[in-house]
Amino acid sequence: MPNELSDAGVAAIAVTPARRVSSFFYKHPKARLRALIALPALWLGLVYVAALLMLLVTAFWTVDEFTGNTKVAFKLDNIISLFTDPLYTTVTLRTLGIALGVTLVDVILALPIAFFMSKVAGPRLRNVIAISVLLPLWASYLVKAYAWRSVLSDKGVLQWLLAPIGLNTPGYSLWGAAITLGYIWLPYVILPIYGGLEKVPSNMLEASSDLGAKTLTTIRRIVFPMILPSIIAGSIFAFSLTLGDYITISIVGGPNQMLGNLIYSNVGTANNLPMAAALALIPIAIMFGYLGAVRRTGALDNL
Amino acid sequence: MKLKKTTGLLVALAVSLALTGCAAGSTTSAGSMLDKLGKSESTLTLLGWPGYAEDGSNDPKVDWVTPFEKATGCQVTFKPYGTSDEALSLFKTGQYDAIAASGDATLRLVAGGYVQPLNTKLIPSYAKVYDFLKNRAWNTVDGKTYGVPHGYGANLLMYNTKVVKPAPTSWSVVFDGASTYKGKVTAYDSPIYIADAALYLMKHQPALGITNPYALDATQLAAAVTLLKAQRANVGEYWSDYLKSIQSFETGNSVVGTTWQVIKNSMSAKASVDAILPSEGATGWSDSWMVSSTSKHVNCAYKWLDYIDSPKANAAATEYFGEAPVTADACQYASDKAFCATYHAGDAAYAAKIWYWTTPITACLDGRKDVKCTDYSAWTKAWQEIKG
Amino acid sequence: MRISKFAKIVLGIATSAVLAVIYLPLFIVVINSFNRSMNMDWPPPGFTLSWWTRAFGSGGLMAALGTSVTIAVCASIIALVLGTMLALALSRYKFFGQQSIGLMVILPIALPGIVTGLALNNAFRTVLGLQLSMATVIIAHATFCVVTVYNNVLARLSRTNRNLEDASADLGAGIFTTFRLVTLPQIGSALIAGGLLAFALSFDEIIVTTFTAGSGVETLPIWILNNMFRPGKAPVVDVVAVTTVLISIVPLYFAQRLAREDAK
Repeated sequence: MPNELSDAGVAAIAVTPARRVSSFFYKHPKARLRALIALPALWLGLVYVAALLMLLVTAFWTVDEFTGNTKVAFKLDNIISLFTDPLYTTVTLRTLGIALGVTLVDVILALPIAFFMSKVAGPRLRNVIAISVLLPLWASYLVKAYAWRSVLSDKGVLQWLLAPIGLNTPGYSLWGAAITLGYIWLPYVILPIYGGLEKVPSNMLEASSDLGAKTLTTIRRIVFPMILPSIIAGSIFAFSLTLGDYITISIVGGPNQMLGNLIYSNVGTANNLPMAAALALIPIAIMFGYLGAVRRTGALDNL
Repeated sequence: MKLKKTTGLLVALAVSLALTGCAAGSTTSAGSMLDKLGKSESTLTLLGWPGYAEDGSNDPKVDWVTPFEKATGCQVTFKPYGTSDEALSLFKTGQYDAIAASGDATLRLVAGGYVQPLNTKLIPSYAKVYDFLKNRAWNTVDGKTYGVPHGYGANLLMYNTKVVKPAPTSWSVVFDGASTYKGKVTAYDSPIYIADAALYLMKHQPALGITNPYALDATQLAAAVTLLKAQRANVGEYWSDYLKSIQSFETGNSVVGTTWQVIKNSMSAKASVDAILPSEGATGWSDSWMVSSTSKHVNCAYKWLDYIDSPKANAAATEYFGEAPVTADACQYASDKAFCATYHAGDAAYAAKIWYWTTPITACLDGRKDVKCTDYSAWTKAWQEIKG
Repeated sequence: MRISKFAKIVLGIATSAVLAVIYLPLFIVVINSFNRSMNMDWPPPGFTLSWWTRAFGSGGLMAALGTSVTIAVCASIIALVLGTMLALALSRYKFFGQQSIGLMVILPIALPGIVTGLALNNAFRTVLGLQLSMATVIIAHATFCVVTVYNNVLARLSRTNRNLEDASADLGAGIFTTFRLVTLPQIGSALIAGGLLAFALSFDEIIVTTFTAGSGVETLPIWILNNMFRPGKAPVVDVVAVTTVLISIVPLYFAQRLAREDAK
């Protein structure tokens, strides 16, 4: 019986060109792999990696002060100034500090809500909360930043809430910028952590409890290591997005500036693309370092 | 199927590399002047501050572009920019026929060969433009006119009448006396603001020898930077778009600082603010319409320059934006009868106290030959250091 | 662990608090879209619908919306194709350079937008001499959207059974047929989730777009940026934000439903 079926099946299939290609690929798995990889790798390589390399090269060039034209010559001037000019070191450290702070706060805020969503809430509530977390992503970034400008102002909602307990709104300052940035990136941090927690099977938690572990121990030794990759994945978003931001700081940051502002003003105001490229190397180096450090944890699969 | 995609990509890449050769080959000439007006081309691409060329798409009642299009047949596309520096980088792409540039950008455009000298005989409206706006350092180079004015305004001192007492008459309230209002002072967020500090030093520290706030040698620049770093400690925020400025005065986050007349006018009725032109004078701006040296729509461009300086259109454009018109004949067309008075239009004495934005360049604008002045890129670096 | 009732209550309170903080500024945005004051004074002196009528009558806004949707759709489609191809390759095969490819996919989104924007702007304009246009924006967006599709599909593929594909081949189906009838249905929900996230990323992106958009390209975020300069237009921007949030509820709901069914 099976033979009749397969004979009938084979006889019925025409040998079209598509069929020929398909057979070729079936017999040559390496070619299949190459065909799949070719387009995306070429795209990413040519469009992105090449662009980054060109930026790296540009960082070594300089601008003729008089004419404003770029001088294509390999000079270390810009790179050296990154370390020697106190302006750049100050702003880098400040930006790094804010990025770390924002990331930390976002992770701390994201954990309980992700935990609640994945382990405590029922399916319908989980759906509602998931949608509620994702909705703000659709309200424009700029609109959210300006809304916080209103909240943080001297006559805004925050002042109104804090006045009874004798505190004042942080106003337009580095704190204001940090709060706003933390707010805007929060959904990006919650999502991966929630995804990671979903993968932790509930029966494992119950088994741990059955074996006598207290809640805290279970969290520390079972849950935490399992969700660490997803926590790091979330942190990459918050950290990287804060590192390069120049818009929010100008809306709620008061008179302060971050690394992104320096890069942006070198591109536009100063018309000094090589210096902008050199400054851009700082966040690139920082992110590469961070990515390299967390590669082992498998966080990169959780983005 | 997938192999084809790869080949297609390579072909596209080869084509674009070939095009690079073409793009690199074209040169921007210094710009020869137009001799006479020819037939209108069909399109015109303009670059300017938001609100400079309204065609009714934002507010159907605000439109002075459509009448121009009907009269000349030149279809207008307008792109707004947010800062002078953004204007420069956009204009350099060569995609625009004409630009309304502020003085902090005009000389950079001229020096780079991006704009062409204008034959003002081909712009009839220019004859009626106020004399104090013609042949100035920011729109005329080597006797050649490169730009015709769109309007003009001053950077005034705005203050909260309930908080800032007594009413200030000098810029000292934001410089030497700024600590009284620590954390509530505001200033314009651009390197060109250094000129404001220089203007203050011109009057209060004459020993420095500053005669033109845009012509600063290294020592004078350093003095201005010191003054601004001291001010920074008292600044609540710098502003670059007027919504920010309006909001911060209304919430009380700012109580004193530079402003534009249009900001004062936009403040809500409850806000108790006043704006004055202090005793030292003030910096200001007169934006100029300039024509690209590589423009393919020069006739339309000239017609636009003539149109925007004509009384009716100029009144509409400047009243909407909130600046003074460039010709006395415009006043009768303003919808608000007090328009010209509010903006001190045509008041030559008022206008004489204004130091219009001019791009700082190494060849000193005050005529000094013995020293090199600091240019805009030096001011930009200084501004970054001031903000810290 | 058994999660104690106390822990559940604490988590519930924490969640509600975080959600309250998330929605407070959005609440202000909604109120401001009706705020009579054109400077968005707080508390609002009065209410009006004029901003809403102005928004829907604004040709510029509608055009910007159309541009954003077009760019997001094109970028998402490209990201879907590239991301799926990559996910298929990396899940089914082991090869030299696997880790580097994985890193390359993440870079566009792991590096700050200003770096990506600057690099692409420099590459397009200075090196290749291209004019910036909608195409350059689409290319840029697709590049950083690939990772969302890639990760979703990869995760889904690791949960599917390869035997099904082998069986399909045994039954005589060609590679493309197998993909169409066996693999595609299995990764369908991952494609939708990845595609939706890619769409959202592209739709609201401002920094990379600023660097890669030409003169005629005004996406919605750029329109918002331009319009916040003029005080008379600012509240219209709030109308836009409220509308995009409301519109997104429906697709989000369906995406969640799909993910739910998937997990069962």
